[in-house]
Amino acid sequence: MAVDTSAGPAAPARPSRAPRTLPSGSVITTFLVVFLVVAGFAVDGFASSRNAGFLLLDVAVVALIALPLTLIVVTGEIDLSVASTVGLSSSVMGWLWFQGLPLELIVPLVLVLGAVLGAVNGLLVTRLGLPSLAVTIGTLALYRGLAFVVLGDQAVADFPRSWTTWAISSIGGTGIPNVVLPLLVLVAVTAVVLHATPIGRSLYAMGNSEDAARFSGIDVGRTKLWLFVAAGVVSALGGVYWTLRYGSARADNATGVELQVIAAILLGGVSIFGGSGGLLGVMAGALLLASVRNALQLVNVPSDVLNIVTGVLLIVAVVAPQVTGWARGRLASRPPG
Amino acid sequence: MTATTTTPTRTPPPERSGRRGAALLQRLVVVRELGILAALVLLIGITLIANPRFLSGQNVRDLMLSAAILVVLAAGQTMVIITRNVDLSVGSVLGLSAYATGTLLANMPGTPVVVAVLAGMAVGALCGLLNGVIVAVAKVPSLVVTLGTLYAIRGLDSLWGSTSGRLQINATDLPTGFKDFGGARVLGIPVLFLVAIAVVVVVGIHLRSYRSGRELFGIGSAPEAARLSGIPVGRRVLVAFVVNGALAGLAGVLYAARFQTLDTTAGTGLELNVVAAAVVGGVAIAGGTGSAWGAALGALLLTTIGTSLPQLGLDPFWRDAAVGALIIAAIALDKSLTDRLAARLRGRNLRGR
Repeated sequence: MAVDTSAGPAAPARPSRAPRTLPSGSVITTFLVVFLVVAGFAVDGFASSRNAGFLLLDVAVVALIALPLTLIVVTGEIDLSVASTVGLSSSVMGWLWFQGLPLELIVPLVLVLGAVLGAVNGLLVTRLGLPSLAVTIGTLALYRGLAFVVLGDQAVADFPRSWTTWAISSIGGTGIPNVVLPLLVLVAVTAVVLHATPIGRSLYAMGNSEDAARFSGIDVGRTKLWLFVAAGVVSALGGVYWTLRYGSARADNATGVELQVIAAILLGGVSIFGGSGGLLGVMAGALLLASVRNALQLVNVPSDVLNIVTGVLLIVAVVAPQVTGWARGRLASRPPG
Repeated sequence: MTATTTTPTRTPPPERSGRRGAALLQRLVVVRELGILAALVLLIGITLIANPRFLSGQNVRDLMLSAAILVVLAAGQTMVIITRNVDLSVGSVLGLSAYATGTLLANMPGTPVVVAVLAGMAVGALCGLLNGVIVAVAKVPSLVVTLGTLYAIRGLDSLWGSTSGRLQINATDLPTGFKDFGGARVLGIPVLFLVAIAVVVVVGIHLRSYRSGRELFGIGSAPEAARLSGIPVGRRVLVAFVVNGALAGLAGVLYAARFQTLDTTAGTGLELNVVAAAVVGGVAIAGGTGSAWGAALGALLLTTIGTSLPQLGLDPFWRDAAVGALIIAAIALDKSLTDRLAARLRGRNLRGR
């Protein structure tokens, strides 16, 4: 408060600066485009349609799970159990197939299971008021453990060819995997919900101030509960796809993927405290991580370096805005002349 | 205040009421820790009924050895979580420190054990310093920073392993002195476990009785209030990260001493176990409450579950599921206890008025 005099001249400058703010995620998207162009020219085989197909196959599950998880992070919560839900869905899918059920019946059953798993998270967070970070560390262990209880260290791999080839083949030989189409539909639906509906705006409101959101008539508990259910269903869908893509149902499928998804979300500019960020940035973040991994593999850089790059990117992505904000603050508070 | 003077007979003086609140809180913490201890005793008791030889000397020593690493990590993590932060990089730090210690000993077999331990802790402290500086100076959420360093430090570790030409460090590479340290016992108790106990005692006393320790609780309960009351928040958080890093480094040395065979994947995925141990032990993930003893008991309980399930005839695959259920039960219990405490304190204040 004592520095009011020095902050004084900066205050009127604020409103004029506001309209110049770029839409959320544009920095990371620019970065992605630049990287794709540079890698396309510099890395042999990166720009081939075959390679692009592989890249999209690799990013599919991360991008898919990132959709509901972005909404959850925007409300200020988190769900670390998503990859364990993938694993448990995969296990149950394998077990049911082993019991002789048809896949047409198994898939809806697994999606219902995902809804139940998500609802458990959601009820613990919204009804009991427990912190989602702790709850979902618990269910991360619980669901993964149940996956092992269901299938042990066995693998079920005799899924019908027609399903497994669909999962890895592309649309009429274009090199674009079949899975991209439904994924794009889900991305579009999520983007519309988050950025163009009252529901989406209420998610940002919750993330900024839960009390204010509640006082303005938003049913915070119910909205969050449904978000966790959605994350469960989508993760189960990811489990089905993962199983078909690798042709194998295993309890340890997708172990550790939750960190990749969260890295993509944070890299995409969503604040871990909620209330800001957008889906464009998240999708760019997921694509960037997968592209960097892919390009480094093509030039035979060991995967260790990739881990370093992922970590450093993540830290830079969150530190950079702080540093620029600090620098801007210094510039603004400097007396004119 | 004015109300207290008008009805002095029925109302305790305000400071006493505050002290009673503190006493209640203290009792709650004790009850909470006794609860985990009871769970541990119950688990051991049931397992003993199923297999009377469960508490044989060798079994107990194995249990202590398995628990030692997790106990050290949980004690360090407690300091960080109390300040309303978290360090997810500990598994990677353990891996780097274990590999560094192993390499040092393999290249210079004459290195005394103490120097090896200090070297491992120094590696860890450097990693902790990196985390702490980014968290405290750049004011970036620790969950994100340490997720980044989880990847980066592990990458550094495996890059080192793949370029040094020593993918794995075997028992034959390590000097006898260090291997003896790993297997040493005092009065039948493994030295590695005694080291872990010493860490818990030091961290526990520091958190309970030292000003710099108490201030960590203040920071975790209300960071803004802590800053306004003159606590050097940034410095305290930074030091908590450095100490936690050093302890993760120590855990790396213990890992090398215990297993004597290691590669650059040591400790992968351990971070969630560590946080789980702390949470089960009553350390609130939102900061402000918890103790090193509680976290250590949590680590012991998680380790014991892993070894007692097979004894109970249950498939070891149930372990993770049991741990998950335990975490949820622990935080639900904490929530109901603190809610009840808050209600009682509120009721007391109302009556006081």
